[in-house]
Amino acid sequence: MPINQDLNIPLGNTFDQPIGRIIPAPENHLNAEGLETARKARRSFMGKALAMGAGIAAASKSAIAASEGEDAILKLPAHTTGLGQGVAANAYGMPSKWESNLMRRESPGLTRVPQASVSFCPLQGLFGIITPSGLHFERHHQGWWDIDPSQHRFMVNGLVKRPRVFTMDDLMRLPSVSRIHFIECGANTGPEWGNVALPSVQYTHGMLSCAEFTGVLLSTVLEMCGIDKKQARYILAEGADGSSMTRTIALDRAMDDVIVAWGMNGEMLRPENGYPLRLVVPGVQGVSWVKYLRRIEVGDQPYATKDEAVHYIDLQPDGQHRQYTSIQECKSVITTPSGSQTLLDKGYYNISGLAWSGRGSIKRVDVSVDGGRNWRTARLEGPTLSKALTRFNFDWVWDGKPAILQSRAIDSTGYVQPKINQLRAVRGTRSIYHNNAIQSWKISENGEVSNVQVY
Amino acid sequence: MKSMMQTLNKPLGQLVAALVLCGLTFGVAHAKKPWDEIGRDAKPAEIAAWDIDVRPDFKGLPAGAGSVDRGTAVWESQCASCHGVFGESNEVFTPLVGGTTAKDIETGNVENLLPGKNFPQRTTMMKAATVSTLWDYINRAMPWNAPKSLSTNDVYAVLAYLLNLADVVPADYVLSDKNIADVQKRMPNRNGMTVFTPLWDVKGKGDVQNVACMKNCATELTLGSSLPDFARDAHGDINQQNRLIGPVRGSVTTEPAPKTLADARAKVTGAASAPKADGGAIDVKALLVSNSCTACHGMKTKMVGPGFAEVAEKYKGQADAKAYLAGKIKNGGAGVWGAIPMPPQPQLSDAELAAMAGWIVDGAK
Repeated sequence: MPINQDLNIPLGNTFDQPIGRIIPAPENHLNAEGLETARKARRSFMGKALAMGAGIAAASKSAIAASEGEDAILKLPAHTTGLGQGVAANAYGMPSKWESNLMRRESPGLTRVPQASVSFCPLQGLFGIITPSGLHFERHHQGWWDIDPSQHRFMVNGLVKRPRVFTMDDLMRLPSVSRIHFIECGANTGPEWGNVALPSVQYTHGMLSCAEFTGVLLSTVLEMCGIDKKQARYILAEGADGSSMTRTIALDRAMDDVIVAWGMNGEMLRPENGYPLRLVVPGVQGVSWVKYLRRIEVGDQPYATKDEAVHYIDLQPDGQHRQYTSIQECKSVITTPSGSQTLLDKGYYNISGLAWSGRGSIKRVDVSVDGGRNWRTARLEGPTLSKALTRFNFDWVWDGKPAILQSRAIDSTGYVQPKINQLRAVRGTRSIYHNNAIQSWKISENGEVSNVQVY
Repeated sequence: MKSMMQTLNKPLGQLVAALVLCGLTFGVAHAKKPWDEIGRDAKPAEIAAWDIDVRPDFKGLPAGAGSVDRGTAVWESQCASCHGVFGESNEVFTPLVGGTTAKDIETGNVENLLPGKNFPQRTTMMKAATVSTLWDYINRAMPWNAPKSLSTNDVYAVLAYLLNLADVVPADYVLSDKNIADVQKRMPNRNGMTVFTPLWDVKGKGDVQNVACMKNCATELTLGSSLPDFARDAHGDINQQNRLIGPVRGSVTTEPAPKTLADARAKVTGAASAPKADGGAIDVKALLVSNSCTACHGMKTKMVGPGFAEVAEKYKGQADAKAYLAGKIKNGGAGVWGAIPMPPQPQLSDAELAAMAGWIVDGAK
């Protein structure tokens, strides 16, 4: 098997009929041999293991009991006995240096150029529902910019009485809303349509973030421009960057809760997230949240732009591609414990995770610790907002035996998050986009958590 | 507004009338809003400059023409470095051309998309149903490092070259706004798109449903797939991608899986380490700030204590200055520069003391 020597990873597809200089594709993480190995992992090791007892492991005895006590307490540290730092030593505060492991990361081999790539959010270390702005996942199509906001202009044209131009000054004078919404890339979890391909929740689900966005409702702006409601059916959103990213959005979405946003988590948008202006399209895949937003055109037909005619189309078993698949359906994932983490001991764990739906709010999350045979309902931490992440928690005592953790979310429409084999039965394995399957994490007896698929 | 007024009972109708008279607005469509005049009208030239989108029905397509020959020249100078001379390269981006046949051009469905064909990769020409998409995208975003720099005629030419590579148009073809609709009728995957409303409409029901079974649910209890051992470290050491505290750690994925829980615990907690200092080099100025030295010492001149430059000047040329100053920093002192004592700094390591003293002796710059 060919190995990328720099990255020490197995190369992707080695094809029988290569075209040109084909090397690994973003859509395929494992080559033919790797796929075979992945499939051969089919082991019925669970069987008996799933008939679990409820034995609770005793906490390991500490050597501390035999000593006078811990140095961490007995020997006063420098921060207790010295002078600390002054105000504004960091004029813009940054996380503790001890937290530097948690950062946005690329998936090796996924893309060839960083300007058209993805960095994944470290969900494995985050709490609650708000993604810190500096950890918000990135997806750029032709590089990011830090645009001078005084020179940025926003235009509305097409089927409106008055095509209008707005400066940032203008937009920020308008009546604003502040709302918490999730954003998820349509391709999140995409590499796992065919088989397990990724080791940790950062890479399986990390094209997901949630923030409080502030801006003016697009409906307010379109009304100001005199939208022709009789003819209008769609809008086109267009960015100001080199890619001038364009996406078609349904008019009923546009007139509902779509926001022309400048604020994110109390400050302006970060440049990587579209400073100074981006579209927020709640419930719809991230590609429609056009960054560096420069224009909205109101029209009567969809636009079939590159990212809705060549990419972000879902290949079905019959050879047809589904086009304009926008809604991110109800999904959930356990983030602690999750893939490639190690449990430090037997005993109590607070299983914690995230649930969300592009069609509304989260009504319920169930958790299974036996691979989906039996389920119990988790606690939802408030607030449970529409089209926002919801945090769930679940008490669990690990007895040290193999276990498979799963979460299953139900949204306000009653939709129940599907299993991967249910999705495959209808959509095959080549969709790439809109994989909202139940995620399975296997706990091994050595405490390691690994990514598996259970049917 | 009128029909609404008619349905209101009289007292409320009077109230509404009074509010309107008072100049207050009401939440009804088209009602005048106090912010309506914020912004300005767009100028025709401004709209023309930005309204560059081209729809499948070719609305927005500017007049122009370009030959396959001209496209070849533009391609080789501006496109081939990323896409390959024949649009086949996967070095930088996914391939543009390949996988389509004369039969596909006839039927409008790409056979290689069918299951079992296992064609290595879906090329752009295998997927794109609308030729407008290609024109629009080349025009708005290409070339990669100089988007929007192609002339209108060259956009036609580049697209003509691409279509010729896929045998959609002949080698002597001149693509233009006049004949692009004919080319659309030869797009290999023109019948290959389905608008799927269940995932477009927010009120749609979706196409795959689960049931919320709670007890003894049907499951095969087999692992359908797991990550192969060879891929354990494909994303680096996950231990270094997790928090150093908490109920779990990241597994050390650059080494084989430990055999027991005790081994695993020792491994992950032992491997966890503080972020390393930058290659061993000590940033003295950062130390001055983090240890609050700068609260009393100016860089050049006296504040509470002497400026660093003043200390440097005083001990210039003194052979043991470095060791002496390291001792003074560590143990503190009083009397040399005035009555106010400098507190001892026992928290500093010997290496840090040496670096700070050395920096002063070297001129405190």
